[in-house]
Amino acid sequence: MPERPKILLLDDDQELLELYREMLQRLPSSPEVRIAASGARAIALLESEPFNLLISDLNMPKMDGLQVLTVVRRKFPNLRTAVMTSLADPQYRTRAYAMGIDLFLEKPNTPQEIKLFLECVDSLLFRNEVDAGFRGVQSKSLMDIIQMESLSHSSCVLKVTNGPSTARIWFENGEIIDAECPECKGEPAVRKILSWRAGAFETLPAELNRPRTVNTSVQGLLLDAAQAVDEAIAAEVSTPGPAADPAEPAEQESPLAPLTRLPGVEFVMTLNREQRAAESWGVENPDRLAEWLLETTSQFEALGEKLHAGRLVQYEALTTRNHLVTVPHNGSTLCAGFDRTPGAHAIRETAEKLVALWLS
Amino acid sequence: MALLNLRSRQECGTDTVLTRLPSGSFTLDPTGRVVASTLPRSYPGHLVQQVSQCIMTAFKTARSSHIPLTELIVDFPAFKITARELRGGAIIFLAPRALGQR
Repeated sequence: MPERPKILLLDDDQELLELYREMLQRLPSSPEVRIAASGARAIALLESEPFNLLISDLNMPKMDGLQVLTVVRRKFPNLRTAVMTSLADPQYRTRAYAMGIDLFLEKPNTPQEIKLFLECVDSLLFRNEVDAGFRGVQSKSLMDIIQMESLSHSSCVLKVTNGPSTARIWFENGEIIDAECPECKGEPAVRKILSWRAGAFETLPAELNRPRTVNTSVQGLLLDAAQAVDEAIAAEVSTPGPAADPAEPAEQESPLAPLTRLPGVEFVMTLNREQRAAESWGVENPDRLAEWLLETTSQFEALGEKLHAGRLVQYEALTTRNHLVTVPHNGSTLCAGFDRTPGAHAIRETAEKLVALWLS
Repeated sequence: MALLNLRSRQECGTDTVLTRLPSGSFTLDPTGRVVASTLPRSYPGHLVQQVSQCIMTAFKTARSSHIPLTELIVDFPAFKITARELRGGAIIFLAPRALGQR
């Protein structure tokens, strides 16, 4: 993959093309974004230069998105493809997935949806090509499927089969409301199901009036599961003995995990500045963040002394994705990343609770 | 005694002069040069430079660490700095705060 990934955007609406180009160019990987207003133009561009990802609309004159995808799948089988459409009809979704696309997204309208859309595109750009295999619904990880159901605000039942075990996850407007597997129900069942590494799944129609037993957000459940799997893998590597069960995160829970249960908290990092040691939960690039925090905290502390403004209380860093709050205390530093949606005031209130929890 | 006072005043650098924390804003170009400012003229230029350098370094290191930083809010008990990234440069707002003010 080239250092700067290349994305081709296909849509018949020129204004939308420009808007999405601007948004995608702001991704951390700074992709090169090319645009095409017709299917023919997109195919010509794909033939003339390599791309990492094609994002196509469905509803277009002359050559619609499904037609373009048919040609693209045949001519460029290794190209990652995503559909972004305002057509909410599940039929198009099924058809597009059946054609082997990687992602089906509804056109984002709210800041939250835009954020999720950008995160999905970013993760798609860096998915390991070696592990790609044959792309279809069957080769997706369960986490991918759950994220997609959540992103598209689906109401459905996901039936998951792993050998002799069958489990179900109930979605309502993109939220997981209930889960059931042979051994347990509710949140423990979600964790158990997410620990399965292989299997098959099927989407069934939604069940109305299903009582809610799961109250944690999809993001929180996925982070919990990812953490549990990582820790299980680490335990397997470090102790050659019986494998740890990733479905029981309670025994191996990170000491930072309770902090992330506060609303809106997406990740937490603590730093011991003397030892330059970091511990993190849910951070995408912990080493880079730790390095930046160490340097920036020291600089701001020194600035406070030079200006005679007092000891640094905290600093907030707003990124395109998150609102970071960093608090130094007695040689340690706590940094928490929040979802920006609730607004700065709500984030600061949660941050205060989080710091109190950390200090206690 | 008068001699002592004279000597101590002469040895005092500019850093030891009691300076009011400034209120206002200034804009930096991508090289860190101040291009516009509403800060009082009496506020020492080298302290403005310290703030500028600190903020520009934070934005620069964030970029090299692939952190898409757009804004920084730095809280001291007596002072608040708000900095927004501005096409490679920055716009910085300085606001002194009273005791207990948030």
